[in-house]
Amino acid sequence: MILTLLVASFVIFGCMYLAPGNPVSFLLSGRAANPANMQVLDAEYHLNEPFIEQYARWLGQVLHGNLGRSIEYRSSVDSLLAQRLPNTLLLVAMSLVIVLVAGLALGWLSAIRGGRTDGTILVATTVAVGTPSFVAAIILQAIFAVKLGWLPAGGTGTGFPQLAEHLILPAIALSLYLIGLLARVTRSAMLEVMEEEHVTVARSRGVPERTVVWRHVFRNSLVTVLTMSGLIISTLVVCTVLVEDAFSVNGIGSLLDLSTTTKDFPVVQAISLIFITGFMVVNFAVDLLLPVVDPRVTLGERNDAA
Amino acid sequence: MTIALARVLGLNRSKPSGRYLYRCCITFVAIVVLIAVFAPWLAPHNPNAVDLSDALAGPGRSHLLGVDADGRDTLSRLIIGARTSLLGPLGVTVLSTVAGVIIGVASAWYGGWVDSLLSRTSELLFAFPGLLLAILIVAIYGEGLLAPVVALGAAYLPYVSRLTRSLVLTEKKRPYVEACRIQGQSSLQIAMMHVLPNVAPVVLAQSTINFGYALIDLAGLSFLGLGVPPLTPDWGAMVFDGESAIQQGYPLSAFVPCIAIILTVVAFNVVGEHWADRVARREPQ
Repeated sequence: MILTLLVASFVIFGCMYLAPGNPVSFLLSGRAANPANMQVLDAEYHLNEPFIEQYARWLGQVLHGNLGRSIEYRSSVDSLLAQRLPNTLLLVAMSLVIVLVAGLALGWLSAIRGGRTDGTILVATTVAVGTPSFVAAIILQAIFAVKLGWLPAGGTGTGFPQLAEHLILPAIALSLYLIGLLARVTRSAMLEVMEEEHVTVARSRGVPERTVVWRHVFRNSLVTVLTMSGLIISTLVVCTVLVEDAFSVNGIGSLLDLSTTTKDFPVVQAISLIFITGFMVVNFAVDLLLPVVDPRVTLGERNDAA
Repeated sequence: MTIALARVLGLNRSKPSGRYLYRCCITFVAIVVLIAVFAPWLAPHNPNAVDLSDALAGPGRSHLLGVDADGRDTLSRLIIGARTSLLGPLGVTVLSTVAGVIIGVASAWYGGWVDSLLSRTSELLFAFPGLLLAILIVAIYGEGLLAPVVALGAAYLPYVSRLTRSLVLTEKKRPYVEACRIQGQSSLQIAMMHVLPNVAPVVLAQSTINFGYALIDLAGLSFLGLGVPPLTPDWGAMVFDGESAIQQGYPLSAFVPCIAIILTVVAFNVVGEHWADRVARREPQ
């Protein structure tokens, strides 16, 4: 994992290094500069050193928790992120709770009830899976914020209660696609487990249906859900870029969009690195957790099975 | 944004209603494709003609779906926008399918260090979610359609290559491969002539589903203003244009492209899953 992370950081830095636009010319934004000033700027941002040296310096600083200086905001990337990270984290956490509760519940209902409930949920989840998060954001905003006025249409407000209220609609918009996906995966996993012999055995021994479903079916299907959690987290985090933009939430997702348009490379580098580190840690944790949840899986087997 | 096929299977276990849904969806796909092909002849107005006196007008005789905040005809933009909105995902799908199949077949067929090198590389690509990779590339090369298409093609590649690899691995053990070998056919010949046609249906089903996800990602990029150049009619960009009008209580010009995106993605997903299901039923594992 460390190696993959190192390669990823190299790719991110290399991409930015190869980029055609020169950050200094952007910094000057059209103003004429004498060569002496250019050299001062080059030295300040270490732009005139060989590539490997720049990369080594950047990596060393990142490991010490220093993500560099933003070219656009003229302040350290750390402080920029520190302001916005809590908003994004709360948004992702709220969505994660919604996804898990609604996704598992709908999948459960669909698998156990069958019939018309199953059909309705299938249609709903099919539509949900085809709905991009920004489309959901726009529709929710138009209906619940502008038309009905129940919830704020954007921004973050001041203080925690207001922040949470402002993030309800973004969190729902962010979760919709994943609720559909999780519900369908849970449903098919539960149906698959229900056909297995140990369920028939448990039923024939007179174990109450509720216990059978809860202990023998649902718990077994959680293994499948767990293998999906990496995908859930990465989708949630990446889509914050779109949803924060739609609701003008001041988070790191919207900062990534902003700094991409302004070619603020240190910020883009830092946010991409944070995102990718996050995904890798989650994937690694899932790999470690799987053998605990399902003893039949030995470490490292998942990659071959997938 | 996409998920390997094996997990999504079982959506429509061939109920009659499932088949009806499939027919509706494939008809819808055909209609959208036809509209995109013949767009310039179908659009009633110039999609970029600005008429501010008419801005935010509701649906009427001359503008069936109303007019957006800049006074442009929504229906015309929708029709012309179908072109860019479908062409981008098509590029992503073709790119990822062709490259993914080549890589998947190569790593399954030759095994050894070729396999481990290719598998490690695709694992690395897995770490980059498609949208993030596309944003990174746009940050470097600037806005436009080509760079994100290449980036998303690379991001979707591992899904195709992994699927192909596992399919070819099971296919390799079948007796017919051995039979061909005894007849003196070369490895390449067996792989291209016999194995590839056998795995093709599953791979194509996955690619059809990938098309929908690529549409979502590219529309998202255009929504952020990082996709198509400004003024180009595109569904994602139309959602962005319509967003400000929502605040003024005129959601129509944003809703129309939203609905177009949802319907198209759902249609492609249903068609792809139906194909995958059909293949899975034909060959019980």
